[in-house]
Amino acid sequence: QGGGSAVIDMENMDDTSGSSFEDMGEMHQRMKEEEEEAEGEAGAGEEEDGEFLGMKGLRGQLGRQVADQMWQVGKRQASRAFSLYANIDILRPYFDVEPVQVRARLLESMIPLKMINFPQKIAGELYGPLMLVFTLVAILLHGMKTSDTIIREGTLMGTAIGTCFGYWLGVSSFMYFLAYLCNAQITMVQMLSLLGYGLFGHCITLLVTYNIHFHSLFYIFWLVVGGLSTLRMVAVLVSRTVGHTQRLILCGTLAALHMLFLLYLHFAYHKVVEGILDTLEGPNMPPFQRVARDIPVVSNAVLNTTAKAIALTL
Amino acid sequence: FPGLADVSISQDIPVEGEITVPVGSHSPDEDYSTLDEPVKDTIMRDLKAVGKKFVHVMYPRKSSALLRDWDLWGPLVLCVSLALMLQGGSADSKDDGGPQFAEVFVIIWFGAVVITLNSKLLGGTISFFQSLCVLGYCVLPLTVAMLVCRLVLLAGSGTVSFIIRLIVVGAMFGWSTLASTAFLADSQPPNRKALVVYPIFLFYFVISWMILTFTPQ
Repeated sequence: QGGGSAVIDMENMDDTSGSSFEDMGEMHQRMKEEEEEAEGEAGAGEEEDGEFLGMKGLRGQLGRQVADQMWQVGKRQASRAFSLYANIDILRPYFDVEPVQVRARLLESMIPLKMINFPQKIAGELYGPLMLVFTLVAILLHGMKTSDTIIREGTLMGTAIGTCFGYWLGVSSFMYFLAYLCNAQITMVQMLSLLGYGLFGHCITLLVTYNIHFHSLFYIFWLVVGGLSTLRMVAVLVSRTVGHTQRLILCGTLAALHMLFLLYLHFAYHKVVEGILDTLEGPNMPPFQRVARDIPVVSNAVLNTTAKAIALTL
Repeated sequence: FPGLADVSISQDIPVEGEITVPVGSHSPDEDYSTLDEPVKDTIMRDLKAVGKKFVHVMYPRKSSALLRDWDLWGPLVLCVSLALMLQGGSADSKDDGGPQFAEVFVIIWFGAVVITLNSKLLGGTISFFQSLCVLGYCVLPLTVAMLVCRLVLLAGSGTVSFIIRLIVVGAMFGWSTLASTAFLADSQPPNRKALVVYPIFLFYFVISWMILTFTPQ
């Protein structure tokens, strides 16, 4: 109860003689005096209470306040911990799958649909996509190690995790935002699930082409396997969107991002063997040719800040 | 009891407690006595517990000792020794000493946490730290494989040594995966075992891959 009334004397404020500093100083002094008076009264009041209960009264009040504070802090911590555990339970329904279902969905992700006039059902499950992202991370690590990719200011693991999770979460969010703009009927979990299962094609392609270094083989896989999974995702999205422009925007963006990501993964993290290229490609060499490539500084910085941010949140 | 007549519990303080009687609970006397014992006894007791769990990992039988008295000393020791042995095995040794250690450390702990969360979300009955404990202890065969690889690499790094290392690492990887699934898969509903085994397989595969591709400078 130490807050005395903060009465601001208006005459002093209007007085422009002298610097305003002095005025403020005067005002502060006056407020402090008022506070001390009020405190004195309050103290006297407390002392009266104290006299009522004896000297222990004062200490008892302090003790009670401290105990109260501890109880509040403890309660806050407990509720925070509880909400943390409850958050895990929020994710539980998305992991409710059987192995048969996962296998079926993996195979389905490579089969484009024919029926696009009827909204297709997307399973909102997160187990399959999460496992696929981790598999992609493992394959990427394998590719980076075998190609002796030198990564400065970062780690192999950080870059791999950052790239794959960044793609999955970032592109899903972006596509969800676009879908919201284009009035498509899809939820965030469904988008995550769709894009995650689309990474199955990426995993197969990279697994094969990181081990068999044929350039033309990679292009064939890129078109066929990547194309199939892209077509599937595009078909599902088209079936859930109305209007030509919107369909075009959504599907064009998704197709471009998906295919370009596969291209990026192959060329950024994989050693291109020059001798085989010479025999296969002949005089028309594709534009980027390297033996062992340093990740360019910009993308490296972006990836590493992403990886650091993820590591911090861990 | 007149004093208890007007005792009331306010509505917003939850009444809670445990109904189950804990089995084999320590009496307060025993707890105090462990404070007074010499440090050597404490350390030896912990070391023996860790050693017993190592034996359980090397010969995986269906015993619940690993799960009941979980501790994280063993995983920490294994993780640190594996990370130390994997250090300094890349092209640019001058700036890769640090990240190698951090990489392995982060992979092991982050991977273990993810697998634990996954098995809990799939409906597992095992607790968080028990699962971490099992996964950490099952890194033991891979640590042994790393030791063997280093010794083989001392002899030379040709094709023969690669084949030997491949066989050893492959065998230890299989052992690790089998050991951990023996403990973890029991806590899952029977038709979902494959869903839990796959991430464990991936986890040990990544570690085995790091061990196999290790080339000292």
